[in-house]
Amino acid sequence: MAVEFFHSVTLQREKCQGCVACVKVCPTEAIRVRNGKAEIIGDRCVDCGACAARCPYHAYSVVTESLDRLQDHEYNIVLPAPSLYAQFPEKVARPTIWQGLRYLGFDEIFDVSLASEYIALEIEDYVKNYRGGRKPLISNTCPAVLRLIQVKFPELIKQVVPILAPTEAAAIYVKKEAAQRLRLAPEKIGVWAISPCPSKNTNIHQSVDVRDTQLTGSFSLSEIYGLLLKHLGEDEEIKVSTGSSYGLAWGAYGGELLSAGISHGLAVHGIDDVYDMLEQISMNKVPQLDYVECSACQGGCIGGILAAQNKFVAESNLRGRIRLLRQKEPADREKAMARSMTLKDFPSSKDHVKPLVPRPMMQLDDDIVTAMKKFERMEEVLSSLPGLDCGACGAPSCQGLAEDIVQGKAHEIDCIFKLRSSVHRLAQGMLELARQIPISHEPEKPKEER
Amino acid sequence: MTDTLKLSYYCPGDDFDRAGEASAKVKKALQRLGVPPDVVRRVAIGTYEAELNVIIHAGGGTVTAEVSGESTLITVSDEGKGIPDIQAALQEGFSTAPEYARQMGFGAGMGLPNMMKCSDEFNIESTVGKGTVITMRFCHRSEDL
Repeated sequence: MAVEFFHSVTLQREKCQGCVACVKVCPTEAIRVRNGKAEIIGDRCVDCGACAARCPYHAYSVVTESLDRLQDHEYNIVLPAPSLYAQFPEKVARPTIWQGLRYLGFDEIFDVSLASEYIALEIEDYVKNYRGGRKPLISNTCPAVLRLIQVKFPELIKQVVPILAPTEAAAIYVKKEAAQRLRLAPEKIGVWAISPCPSKNTNIHQSVDVRDTQLTGSFSLSEIYGLLLKHLGEDEEIKVSTGSSYGLAWGAYGGELLSAGISHGLAVHGIDDVYDMLEQISMNKVPQLDYVECSACQGGCIGGILAAQNKFVAESNLRGRIRLLRQKEPADREKAMARSMTLKDFPSSKDHVKPLVPRPMMQLDDDIVTAMKKFERMEEVLSSLPGLDCGACGAPSCQGLAEDIVQGKAHEIDCIFKLRSSVHRLAQGMLELARQIPISHEPEKPKEER
Repeated sequence: MTDTLKLSYYCPGDDFDRAGEASAKVKKALQRLGVPPDVVRRVAIGTYEAELNVIIHAGGGTVTAEVSGESTLITVSDEGKGIPDIQAALQEGFSTAPEYARQMGFGAGMGLPNMMKCSDEFNIESTVGKGTVITMRFCHRSEDL
């Protein structure tokens, strides 16, 4: 049974130069260059956006919603996350950003950092009461990481905490609450995220971890940022409940650990580092850790490819905002968070999450005996390849080409070195033939060959 | 059994730059063959422990994986100094590491017990002065994930 996977990352073929830069950085080896253009293997792609970040020709784009879609709903709620605030220096107060959002057509604003605090407490509780299972637990907030686990580390699925990402929880809470308050049918309310990355957008269309996502769609952070720049308002009296500095900290790496009060954890960010860490966890090399926070983007969500600001600028903006908030709140984490957490009936993750399903993509064949034959053949082919991993064949490595060859998706002479040696052999054969002059025309004294 | 794939890797002694390579290769191969992920994980962990043992204690050795449809058999053999008292070595916490190393978290005496724990069949033969052979069998039943 083939499942069609939705992907937010798409290639604009006309811009692609076939340079294999993206092929090399893909963590799941999901890209090949064919006929001079990159092709994404949909089954393997985890929507991390590493290809888009690397492409020198900006040939990848991320599909997000257009603001016209607000017209499909009677009432629209937007969920700004810390990554949005981090695009602006701390002196740009949040109400001016909210006012800009209102100008863009949103009727209501719900601050994701507030939801983050409820989620942080759920995580804290889950980690404290976790007994007997394998450690460390792995965070559930980055959908690209979840997909990477499904594809490459299905053995770690049980270690992923069954807890909602803050934006998802916020959407579930606010849609229900607004529907009651406004006496509107829930489907008439649009709930929108502003996404810093493709994976969050993909997860709205095809969620791997939420049973009943209440998000209607997401807009690109850089696009919203551009529009907001023109419409940052004078400080109007807009009131939005917000989280404390701890909820805001979720925008960058380490925020999750900090707000959940986890002292024995590690924050890992950047898809290569996440991959490396998952490998260590799989080998049971870090069982002393309680929790590992993983985000596919360097720096955390602020480093997403849809962010407008450079990740270091965004991080410094965010840290500045955190510092400002902290001056006004109790020093104690729990007290600081308790001050903002006054919502009634905030949803509990267990009613909404679904377990991740393994999606292993590594095997050569469904039948193990056939797979063994292919494996042997693959090793044979691999040993005949130059081992330079040059990428000229369109596969990420010689190993990748060997795999494509045994799967009937490539030929040995796709390797430029193999091609050259074949041409060389052929040329020699032709020379050999050319030398064989028919006896009828043999000159009297054959000249000495050079 | 006719359909068996045999892979062999040599692990040079005291070479910590390459430590873990053999088990990583076995792991990759099993993933390619479609062995259930949880079994792959157990094989990788058990093989890694055994691989490190031969690198640290035995001056090197060989890791062999024989994969069939039903199971994976890992054999790790060396021609090192051997284990004088196998029964003692199999006890959790038994260690020949000096006290200072143990205080630093090394040599916790869990190597062999861990191999026993993660494999479905475990066997060890050792002769002092001649070497050690460890075999671990892992059945390919799919565990619930």
